[in-house]
Amino acid sequence: MLLYILRRIVLSIPLLIGITLISFLVIHLAPGEPTGIHTDLNPRVTAASKAQLRHLYGLDEPLPIQYLKWAWRSARLDFGRSFSPDGRKVTEKIGERIPVTLFLSLLEMLVIVAIALPIGILSATRQYSFFDKATTIFVFIGFAIPTFWLALLCMNLFGVHLGWLPLSGLKSMDYSSLSWGGKLLDRIRHLLLPVLVGSFGGLAGFSRYMRSTMLEVIRQDYIRTARAKGLPERMVIYHHALRNALLPVVTILGLSVPGLIGGGVIFETIFAIPGMGQLFYGSVMARDYPVIMGILVIGAVLTLLGNLLADICYALVDPRIRLSKER
Amino acid sequence: MPLPWYSQPRAWPRWVSLLLAAGLVLSCARGESPPGRTEVDYSRPGKPAYGDTIVLASIGDASSMIPNITGDSASHEIASFIYNGLVKYDKDYNIVGDLAESWEISPDELSITFHLRKGVRWHDGVEFTAEDVLFTYRLMIDPRTPTPYSGDFLLVKSAQVLGRYTFRVTYPKPFAPALMSWGMWILPKHLLEGKDVRESPLNRHPVGTGPYLFREWKTGEMILLEANPDYFEGRPYIQRILYRIIPDSATLFLELKAGGVDWTSLSPLQYTRQTGDAGFQKQFRKYSYLANAYTYLGFNLKDPRFADVRVRQALAYAIDKQEIIKVVLLGLGEEATGPYKPDTWVYNPRVKRYPYDPERARSLLAQAGWKDTDGDGILDKEGRPFRFTILTNQGNEQRKMTAEIIQKRLSQIGIQVDIRIAEWASFINYFIKNRRFETVILGWTTGQDPDLYDIWHSSKTLPDEFNFISYRNPQVDKLMVQGRHTFDRRVRKACYDRIQEILAEECPYIFLYVPYSLSVIHARFKGIQPAPAGISYNFIRWYVPREQQRYHP
Repeated sequence: MLLYILRRIVLSIPLLIGITLISFLVIHLAPGEPTGIHTDLNPRVTAASKAQLRHLYGLDEPLPIQYLKWAWRSARLDFGRSFSPDGRKVTEKIGERIPVTLFLSLLEMLVIVAIALPIGILSATRQYSFFDKATTIFVFIGFAIPTFWLALLCMNLFGVHLGWLPLSGLKSMDYSSLSWGGKLLDRIRHLLLPVLVGSFGGLAGFSRYMRSTMLEVIRQDYIRTARAKGLPERMVIYHHALRNALLPVVTILGLSVPGLIGGGVIFETIFAIPGMGQLFYGSVMARDYPVIMGILVIGAVLTLLGNLLADICYALVDPRIRLSKER
Repeated sequence: MPLPWYSQPRAWPRWVSLLLAAGLVLSCARGESPPGRTEVDYSRPGKPAYGDTIVLASIGDASSMIPNITGDSASHEIASFIYNGLVKYDKDYNIVGDLAESWEISPDELSITFHLRKGVRWHDGVEFTAEDVLFTYRLMIDPRTPTPYSGDFLLVKSAQVLGRYTFRVTYPKPFAPALMSWGMWILPKHLLEGKDVRESPLNRHPVGTGPYLFREWKTGEMILLEANPDYFEGRPYIQRILYRIIPDSATLFLELKAGGVDWTSLSPLQYTRQTGDAGFQKQFRKYSYLANAYTYLGFNLKDPRFADVRVRQALAYAIDKQEIIKVVLLGLGEEATGPYKPDTWVYNPRVKRYPYDPERARSLLAQAGWKDTDGDGILDKEGRPFRFTILTNQGNEQRKMTAEIIQKRLSQIGIQVDIRIAEWASFINYFIKNRRFETVILGWTTGQDPDLYDIWHSSKTLPDEFNFISYRNPQVDKLMVQGRHTFDRRVRKACYDRIQEILAEECPYIFLYVPYSLSVIHARFKGIQPAPAGISYNFIRWYVPREQQRYHP
């Protein structure tokens, strides 16, 4: 088993190098340069000062050299400084964004699981009932509604017309003057809309998924057996069927780990949440290569880790996989 | 009586009602009405008073608090509250002293001697002196400083400190834009000397001489500034500036209506259609003034068709500028007739104009040899139909709409127009730099010095330079050189007047429109007087009367 894990880790190293190489190439091949975004078509900026900027950022060197330099620094966990004028460390820039995004994503995930699982189970056990049909419609609406539109509608209703909830941001202007309880309340009020709107789309997919795995399990022989031996329906569904139906769902949860730090650009933009999505989008727009690469590397590492974790779990659970790999 | 479905006890399990109750508590927890909803009469002018906060919003976060190395507008906007230059523009675009009390230009017009204000202190208490100016100059020309603005300062022949409050710069030849280049923000020598400017803590915690002190910056969220009680022009009335970063313009508009933002700019649509209701009128004042910008259709003069001045003039007659202003800007703009906006001293109103006249356009084209010989409705010459592409950049809806209107008007006189929209980076690097365009719709910002050298001089045609339409006129070249190398405003005015006449006659650009800058500010802020330079020139004299103040720190 240990050998298997070791082998997987070693195998993921060339994969990681490949990912960084391709990302590096792609972002450098895209037209535009970090020095150009604010200086193009600005008559106050002379060609000489532009050339000097390029030299300062090392952009006048050949691409392979630039990549090797970057890779060598990154191998020592130094992701360099951002090309934006503040010149802050990439790790610092990412570090201040991750908690916000992670916290929001976890909350959303929690809401999704808490609502989607019951919906999925109920509509599976009462297939073709009124509830099932109603949730099906609800779910497809959820799928179809563009998040930004729903967000704007909710903001207009709850924020502008009713004035119940704050529209955007993470806290109020007078936050620092609030009491401890007031601060908590203020945070929750700000989170309410983003979390609810953000989980709406996911709700749809997840409850559908839960429904179908549940339906599959219910048709299995051992459920019939359980029913035949006279167990109460509650026991059959929640004890025997649910456990087995949950397994694939848990896998999906595991695979969405890298998504947790990704954040959503449109979503964060609308609610003015300073998260990873905005940082990444802004960096791409400004061609801030060090930050882009930093985020991509973190994403790649997390994805590889997630896959590794899932494989290990499978191997632990399923002897067939373990044995075939060790042979 | 049967209960409605939603209140039947069994329809909603207990946890749902608990949730609903919690929601009610949360939403009403701040039972007092939210800011902006209380009935305060904002129409009274009141008496000037210190205090209150103005909440500004920006689409993008600032990139650094050392504005000399940044190129984004958010950084520059914040910087203008924190730093000063030696000179600045007043409300009519006259150059006046800022950190400099006065200045003299030597009789040979080669050097400028600035006499600095005495007793000005940096926000940390250290006195501002001529050494700081010299330091800023040296920083700007240091090749290790990542600044895009070194060009103006590399022209300087020598810079000397003549005394604690006297600073002199000398140029190899008289250079009019030089004076305003000293509007560059002056940085504190005692905090930056000998350090790498990119890694300086001042990038995040600036220390300036300006009307506002830096307080706090939460990346991607907000920037907080507080009035400088010792500001040399007097303490600003408005105590705090909160600069919120709200990246989405729809959210920003909703925030404005909900009272979360006090001052923002509006689109023509928002200005005319979405801000007219009585509630809005009571709470906000709208301001409009000519923007420092114009939009134009530029011809690639290397293209033989557009090298013919009759063709360019014909196209100018065929385009209805008023229609473009009416449709694209909803009337909130003025016709552009040249490279300056109409309310500046350098603007020349007596130039050739091109009123909409399709008949004249047709006859000019016929003179140039463009006739519809095969009867397909499209003009042709030597067997080639008149068909060209208008190029513009992605993300600018107004330019796109302008292109569409021009497309329609030109099709009516028998010219087939295609529109191509390119993403900014490839727009610049692929199309503009390599001259791979036939015509282009773009805009320039104006309002600084009237110098036109970089855009119109025939020497400025290298790939990275700005005369990308390849305009060449020896007389204009000569006048431009003359205009930039004298400080005598009468001589300059004569030069630029003539240039405007030639440009209007030769029509290398079709100057389309100068839009209005549209902004909205909460009605409690008084003392705002729109002028050619906009509204923010007298910001430190804006005030909120005591009884109308909203935020009490």
